Amino acid sequence: MEITRKRFNWRRFAIAALVLYIVFLLGPIVGLDVPVVYAAIKANPLQLVQFLIIGISNGAIIAIIALGYTMVYGIIELINFAHGDVYMIGVFTSLTVLSVTGTLDSKDPVKIVFGLILALVVSIVFCAFLNATIERLAYRRLRNAPRLAPLISAIGMSFIIENIGLMWAAQAWLVPSFGTTGGASQKVFPDMLGVLFKSLGWNINLLASSGLALRLTIKDLLVIVLAVVLMTGLYLFVQRTKLGKAMRATAQNRDAAKMLGINIDMVITATFLIGGGLAGAAGLMAGLYNNTAWWFMGFRAGLQSFTAAVLGGIGNITGGMLGGFLIGLLASFSDGYLNARWTNALVFATLVLILLFRPTGLLGEQTGQKA
Amino acid sequence: MNKRLFALLSVLVLASLMLFACGPAKPAATEAPVETEAPVVTEAPVVTEAPVATGTLKIVSSLPMTGSSLTQTQTIVNAMQLRLEQANYTACGGAFTLEYEAWDDASAALGKWDPAVETENANKAAADPAIIAYLGTFNSGAAKLSIPILNAAGPLTMISPANTNPGLTKADKDLPGVTDSYYPTGVRSYSRVVAADDIQGKVAANFVKSLGAATVYILDDQELYGKGVADVFEATAKEIGLTVVGHEGIDPKAADYKALMTKISTSNNGAAPDAIYVGMVVDNNASQLLKDKVAIMGDNTVVKYVGPDGIQTQAFIDGAGADVAEGAYASVAGVALDKLPPAGLQFVKDYEAKFGPLTEPYAVYGYETMNVALKAIEDVCAAGGNPTDRAAINSAVFAIQNFDGALGTWSFDANGDASLTDMTFYQVQGGKYVAVGTFK
Repeated sequence: MEITRKRFNWRRFAIAALVLYIVFLLGPIVGLDVPVVYAAIKANPLQLVQFLIIGISNGAIIAIIALGYTMVYGIIELINFAHGDVYMIGVFTSLTVLSVTGTLDSKDPVKIVFGLILALVVSIVFCAFLNATIERLAYRRLRNAPRLAPLISAIGMSFIIENIGLMWAAQAWLVPSFGTTGGASQKVFPDMLGVLFKSLGWNINLLASSGLALRLTIKDLLVIVLAVVLMTGLYLFVQRTKLGKAMRATAQNRDAAKMLGINIDMVITATFLIGGGLAGAAGLMAGLYNNTAWWFMGFRAGLQSFTAAVLGGIGNITGGMLGGFLIGLLASFSDGYLNARWTNALVFATLVLILLFRPTGLLGEQTGQKA
Repeated sequence: MNKRLFALLSVLVLASLMLFACGPAKPAATEAPVETEAPVVTEAPVVTEAPVATGTLKIVSSLPMTGSSLTQTQTIVNAMQLRLEQANYTACGGAFTLEYEAWDDASAALGKWDPAVETENANKAAADPAIIAYLGTFNSGAAKLSIPILNAAGPLTMISPANTNPGLTKADKDLPGVTDSYYPTGVRSYSRVVAADDIQGKVAANFVKSLGAATVYILDDQELYGKGVADVFEATAKEIGLTVVGHEGIDPKAADYKALMTKISTSNNGAAPDAIYVGMVVDNNASQLLKDKVAIMGDNTVVKYVGPDGIQTQAFIDGAGADVAEGAYASVAGVALDKLPPAGLQFVKDYEAKFGPLTEPYAVYGYETMNVALKAIEDVCAAGGNPTDRAAINSAVFAIQNFDGALGTWSFDANGDASLTDMTFYQVQGGKYVAVGTFK
């Protein structure tokens, strides 16, 4: 391994040179005009920080969802396509909890804080059990079937959950703000943090008093802090606890772990519970951050998170986090300095490039050894 | 009772119940075939005076009925059914029974109109000889796909209640031959009762200027319709002296647009532009775009927000929230519902009696397309022709002149465009769209 590292790789160098050439030749068409971007940064350097904040906040949500993909893939090598939709259910669950507890109409700061905490807990628990139920119903029986069977089953579950979201969004008796336009349209997730800060007489922009032309809102801060707390908690759980150890063992070699007396079913259920719980938390975070509940939002979130997981090295928890932040930042800078219509192309081009040079992702895959 | 019939009926009932559950609390579209099947079973009553053969004429509509557009398309389907009920599902003095099916050209996978489904619908219609009129589509991009298919099938006449892309009927001087390529047989077979975007985009640019704006940023959803109207807007804006700060296509499925809006907020030499024009339909994340615009640049009195008919729907306001959407503008071809001619007012009255309050602007266009189809059938019969002949129906549609319909008195030109050029602007006030003025 060490020897190959040291040897200069001409092929990679040639590819890198080619990429740079293409960037300068074709870049201006898609807005990747280096001098123009440089001038834009120079004219308003503070805006760079602004895009950084937006990118990190978006990346935090992607990263949390990506963890669910990467954990499940690490253990049973299944791309759980329904995961993005579990996150969507998380948005609707927290919105429903906020509505049922009367938090949506409240101006009382104490009530709002308790409502939000309750929504977070209920959303985590509900999505955890939903994810575990999906595993029990759709994946467990297919665990030893050919790889394609559970994959198709996962796509099916994704459609089922999307349709549940579609029906949920039509239940105006549950959440009056759903209105009468049916479940298909986007629904508003009220800006509870804005209401909370208004009732306390604080500015939602934490940097308002600094005089800088920057916005670091309580929404950004909450999303980032909550994401860091959840990720640290997960990391410690997987590295330090007995169940975490069992999960790692199962991921490395399912049969050997079984021989050592680890209850595989229990470990897999636990993985799905944790992944679902994280998606539930991401649901509330995204609802508060983007103020939207939409039955279709899980699809794109799932796609981005899965990309993040692959980018970081699938099965690798730290990699999933890194990939999430990277995609958030890339999208934000692309929207900010390049033409927005190329943002997706840029994100996926980066994925292709990184996989060309590091086929196992940035931090390397961590999946079971083949017997 | 026949066992198989019973099974079929229960499946239909179950299917409509399920659609009912996920759709709005309105009669589901799938109920239509159930209702219309009744006359078929009983066979058309034989009328001795009938000059030509009797039989069944089938009319289908192809509109996106999965996704946010359902709010608009359901009212169109309702209106079409209403027109047929008024005709008692018969034509030519009872010689022909009319049958209607509302097809969905959207898929759950895309959450909006799906090119594959629209193509399938067009092929299905082309292959069914009983079908003599194809009412649709809602999205211009979908029409582009089905016009050539239907043109080669008879031609089977296609009448749209909502497509506004100019290129579908009028040749663009910059793109010679594109419009003609939609019509492989050389015979025009596509018509629409709504004014095209060469009018809508132009009037919108003048409207933005009349709001006192000098600079404008343009965003579109990269679809034929959205980009089309945005391009016309941009061209007109430059002509009338508005400064176009930028024109970008957005990713219609992105989680948010905060970075984009941050860029726009300083794009006008460090300040925000006076107005933002968005060429898009509501399914393409229109509510989220407005939300992020308001979060970064403040409410719609500071930076004006104007869009085309694709966002003139209650679903857009509900999705953004009434306080966020307050003050946003949208244009729709035609006049406000309460300014319609007497026939149109009568329609609104009949509609509301049957389906409840009507706020969506496109229902009356749906009604008018069915009106046109029925008029063509009657004209063919009156001339002694056979209304099962698709080419005869198509010629009859294009021959319509000085038609006294729900939209007023109008004629089709040789391209299939109706002579209607009114454009009405609506503004969100207190969570509802309110008409603020009609322009030409």
